Amino acid sequence: MGIIQYVAKRVGVYLAVLLIGLTITFFLPRLMPANPIEAYISQLQSRANGTLTPEAIASMRASLEDLYGLNGNIFVQYVSFLKRVILQFDFGPSFAFYPQPVNTMILGALPWTLGLLLISTVLAWIIGNLVGLVAGYFHTKRSATVLELVGILLYPVPYYILAVSLILLLAYVIPIFPLSPTFPVGAMTPAKFGMVLYNSILPALTLVLAGFGWNILSMKALAVATTEEPYATYARLKGASNWTRMTRYVFRNAMLPQVTALALSLGTVFNGAILTEILFSYPGVGLIMRTAASSGDYNVLYGAITISIIAVATAGLVIDLFYPLLDPRIRHQ
Amino acid sequence: MSATILPEATAAPTRPVGRRDSLLWLLNTRLAVGITIVAIFALGGLILPFFAPADPALQSTYLKNMPVSWMHWLGTNSLGQDIFWLLVFAIRNSLILGVLVAIGVTIISTVIGLSAGFIGGNFERLLMLVVDSVITIPLLPLLIMLGALIRANQAFLVLAIIAFGWAWGARTIRSMALSLREREFINMARFSGANTFDILLREIFPYVTAYMLVNFINTMLFAINTEATLAVIGVSRVEIPTLGSIVFWALNYNALFTGNYVWLVAPIVASVLLFLGLFLASTGFNAAFASRRGVL
Repeated sequence: MGIIQYVAKRVGVYLAVLLIGLTITFFLPRLMPANPIEAYISQLQSRANGTLTPEAIASMRASLEDLYGLNGNIFVQYVSFLKRVILQFDFGPSFAFYPQPVNTMILGALPWTLGLLLISTVLAWIIGNLVGLVAGYFHTKRSATVLELVGILLYPVPYYILAVSLILLLAYVIPIFPLSPTFPVGAMTPAKFGMVLYNSILPALTLVLAGFGWNILSMKALAVATTEEPYATYARLKGASNWTRMTRYVFRNAMLPQVTALALSLGTVFNGAILTEILFSYPGVGLIMRTAASSGDYNVLYGAITISIIAVATAGLVIDLFYPLLDPRIRHQ
Repeated sequence: MSATILPEATAAPTRPVGRRDSLLWLLNTRLAVGITIVAIFALGGLILPFFAPADPALQSTYLKNMPVSWMHWLGTNSLGQDIFWLLVFAIRNSLILGVLVAIGVTIISTVIGLSAGFIGGNFERLLMLVVDSVITIPLLPLLIMLGALIRANQAFLVLAIIAFGWAWGARTIRSMALSLREREFINMARFSGANTFDILLREIFPYVTAYMLVNFINTMLFAINTEATLAVIGVSRVEIPTLGSIVFWALNYNALFTGNYVWLVAPIVASVLLFLGLFLASTGFNAAFASRRGVL
């Protein structure tokens, strides 16, 4: 299969994934027995101590339905939802912070999430795979088993446990990091930037540790299998050094399934990022989502989910498009 | 869920696993340790609740913040609940949720994976597109939104996690089916006049069962973890004791500052042990099946 066909096919899958993702986000809440508009109105009603007249409620319902895009039958709503999201990138205003548009709120938080996520995912992938490579390449040695043990102990630990334990250890028992991090708002100055970095270390460390275990274990298994391939034996007989064989022969080949796995696991990685932001009050998309969920701000929730799906699918696409460049079997003329 | 499939799990067995002869081949250290831990948790979680002195979810049953004693093995929390009994019920609830989700996911992923692998063509392409989309879509944001719409009870959570958790298993089982489809003995069965259903049931199924068992345990891990995650950030029904909801209340009542460490540390230790046990059991089974078929 040529490169152009590969790219075309992958982009096609990308568009399909986006469409299916948006469709699920659109229909899922509508299948639920709850009605956000009624919930919101009753919330307002109770705040106003029941003083709203039926006419006021009726006009409020009409304007809310308009803001939510709930006019017409479900098919009309679906088409207008897709049109708004894809063509105009518009999710309407936030209800809790009316009339601030949802997309400026989310686009403001997105760089925070992407920054944290990118750095920690890349670190976890590189360190985890290197440790796994060493553990797999020297799998006959006893000391390599210790490295694998790190993976076995780290991998099954659920993310929230990792986060809470790290807070307990590094912010309470040994207070190196702040217990409740603060992230300054407004324009960035060098001092503020240092503060942001310092406060981000603990959340990033949790994310790295969370991604670490699986990379060690699966890279170890892949490296063990690759070491026994004929080309690895050939390199050994040719007299290539241990280092050359490990990096240029074993790693370059064993890495490929790991790249694919990374692209496929981005959704899970993103889940971890959301949880980090909530647990560490880190001002990203996850925190916005949590606040919106507790205040019933559905436009913001919708927007945050849609943008997460787009971000995760796009990142997967980018990784997959880089794949042919990494594959040693493909030569570029 | 991504992380649950290690490469060694994807290799299709080359020989059906016989069950009638001695089961000793199943035993290895990982499996033994894993099964022991899980058995202790399961027995404790299923039997002990019958001896509970009071419903641990009720608040103000006891005095608040009592230290560890003979009366209260792990003390009581700031809500006047006994932490030991809270933990017992939490383990029971989490295990039941895990098993229910795992049953649903195993059935759906086997049916979809096998049918995609064997029917092939456009049907397979369409199915795999859906599978890849479901894998890509981050689950947590969707569950947070659903949690905001309706305070999800356990039954709803089971359905929601099944609805998004089947895709990884389906993907793996399909790739196993693809490699099995071309084997000699399948052709043999076909030429002998067996229909597709017979082949699936008699020839393919025995190969897939080993992976299904491993996947079952991994799905339990995934389900318990997902529920606990939702509970920790407070978007599920946190008054039901689960491994996550205890952590939620402990964090909310600042257990660290009131000096009630047991409240926070006990669920952490219990979760780590349970997850380690399940994980060791799953990799242990995997290694046992692999050595059985002569891979290791």
